[in-house]
Amino acid sequence: MADKNNLIVYLEFEDGKVADVSLELLTKGRELADKLGIKLEAVVAGDNLKDVEKQVFPYGVDTLYKVEDKRLYPYTSLPHSSLLINLFKELEPRIAFMGATSIGRDLGPRVSSALHSGLTADCTQLEIGDYTDPKTGKEYKDLLYQIRPAFGGNIVATIVNPDHRPQMATVREGVMKREERDPNHTGTVVNLKAEDYIKDEDYVVEILDRHVEKSKVNLKGSPIIVAGGYGVGSKENFDLLQQLADTLGAEVGASRAAVDAGWVDHDRQIGQTGVTVRPKLYIACGISGQIQHIAGMQDSGIIISINSDPDAPINKIADYVITGKMEEVVPKLIKYYKKNSK
Amino acid sequence: MSLNIIVLAKQVPDTRNVGKDAMKADGTVNRAALPAIFNPEDLNALEQALRLKEMYPGTKVTLLTMGPARAAEVIREGLYRGADNGVVLSDRAFAGADTLATSYALSAAVRKMGHVDLIIGGRQAIDGDTAQVGPQIAEKLGWPQVTYAEEIEKVADGRVVVKRRIEGGVETVSCPVPCVVTVNGSAAPCRPRNAKALQKYKYAAVPSEADEARKALLEARPWLEIGEWNAATVDADLEQCGLAGSPTKVKGIVNVVFTAKEARRLDNDDAQIEEFVKELIANHTIG
Repeated sequence: MADKNNLIVYLEFEDGKVADVSLELLTKGRELADKLGIKLEAVVAGDNLKDVEKQVFPYGVDTLYKVEDKRLYPYTSLPHSSLLINLFKELEPRIAFMGATSIGRDLGPRVSSALHSGLTADCTQLEIGDYTDPKTGKEYKDLLYQIRPAFGGNIVATIVNPDHRPQMATVREGVMKREERDPNHTGTVVNLKAEDYIKDEDYVVEILDRHVEKSKVNLKGSPIIVAGGYGVGSKENFDLLQQLADTLGAEVGASRAAVDAGWVDHDRQIGQTGVTVRPKLYIACGISGQIQHIAGMQDSGIIISINSDPDAPINKIADYVITGKMEEVVPKLIKYYKKNSK
Repeated sequence: MSLNIIVLAKQVPDTRNVGKDAMKADGTVNRAALPAIFNPEDLNALEQALRLKEMYPGTKVTLLTMGPARAAEVIREGLYRGADNGVVLSDRAFAGADTLATSYALSAAVRKMGHVDLIIGGRQAIDGDTAQVGPQIAEKLGWPQVTYAEEIEKVADGRVVVKRRIEGGVETVSCPVPCVVTVNGSAAPCRPRNAKALQKYKYAAVPSEADEARKALLEARPWLEIGEWNAATVDADLEQCGLAGSPTKVKGIVNVVFTAKEARRLDNDDAQIEEFVKELIANHTIG
């Protein structure tokens, strides 16, 4: 395998389907690989990997590495880490992406620790650009800019890995757009033997029990989202938001502060550490607008902010601002919608 | 059976309660304006360790934190809740460390601790939200790991059984010890301070923060002395510490300023709201 220094994406594969987040990373990966004039590669490890190429080639994958072994599904840390560590030593990828999921965030740090390569978690933007080391003045061309909010979302930092490869980043589901490149594109499939990369001793963790259900909450797919923040003030007031959502055929979302307060389940959290959404209409109730939240909803079509503070930061990105207590305004919205809709 | 458990704890600025004075005029973070707290998920981790201590008498829970001497505050907080002792890992050489250099220093400290069965830490710290240090330590020690843990059910026959939260569900795994477990915020909250422990450890301190009187006290009551280790104590290779040992560099930081849109403003007024709702229905935004 002489083909080195490319961009590689680690694919998550469950129930015969490549995860959305992996396809989103392939879309971004293809764009950046084109910019750098390098190939887009992907690696998948698991059981029953028959159709993976059909699912990923349309996204412009040039080479797909497949590692099939019953013991590689469901995911456990050590076998998948060993695979990536040894494969990356061989391929010396320039850039490696994985989803910021319970798998990617378990796997990425181990791989980076073993290879002493930099890893940036939960990136919200990935770009290519140059960098000058402020101390040595050394110039670096075409590094990966790993851009992410930090410090609870109060700042946005651009991180680079000047001297170590691969430059690794994780990205949450929904942050990057997913777009097929060419339905007729085909690449090369390379089947690798698990035992060439993974030792038997790596299979030490035993999965005793596993319950996975498809989430009932569908924030990503909902055209209207009614979201509440710390300003909602109580669990009871969240019921009001649910009523508005039911009236409008919407889903209820929340800011991290509201989730931390225990008023809503974590799977409804919108923002950098939750889901990223792009609904047609976003109604933000009692949300002040920390950037950590804004990062997850700023591409919404129309934003309505309901807040008792006329200067709440979120009002700056809103199309409509209703200044008032949400527990008074929301019932009015319900009332007048019911009165005026047919 | 008794266990030796290390709990990783970090003192973090309380980024959840960022006030208006949290950012300086030049766009940098005003750390002084943010209260320093015990990283929330590290408290969930401590609770899991204390439960194991109850299940397996004789178990020792040692807190390990990296930071300046004032980070001894999190060790005291842990002692008040039931931990047995603690170590502050502190050195200028560690300054500017990214997650990898941090995990290097912490793994060097763990190696100095003798026999360890379990390292338990929070999934992630609220100032960085990276969730990387736990797994990176595990890799450096060559140990397996269990991340996103919600409950450590038992340790038996050289294995720990852990329930963990994954996307859309839960998984129960059995993992050989020694290993690293990182605990999710959805795990049981930490128990409050214990009045007796508070009395016992009120004057606990690291030597460098103790004045003469306190130093005499630490000598008379050795259990009050919190360990204070530096790069030399843990035989750390300085090339792998701090800024020098960090592959990631911060290219730039911006305080995000939103490009203000011209929002239409409405009051909490029935007529205005009804008019607005009619408009949204008319242009098919809703309905």
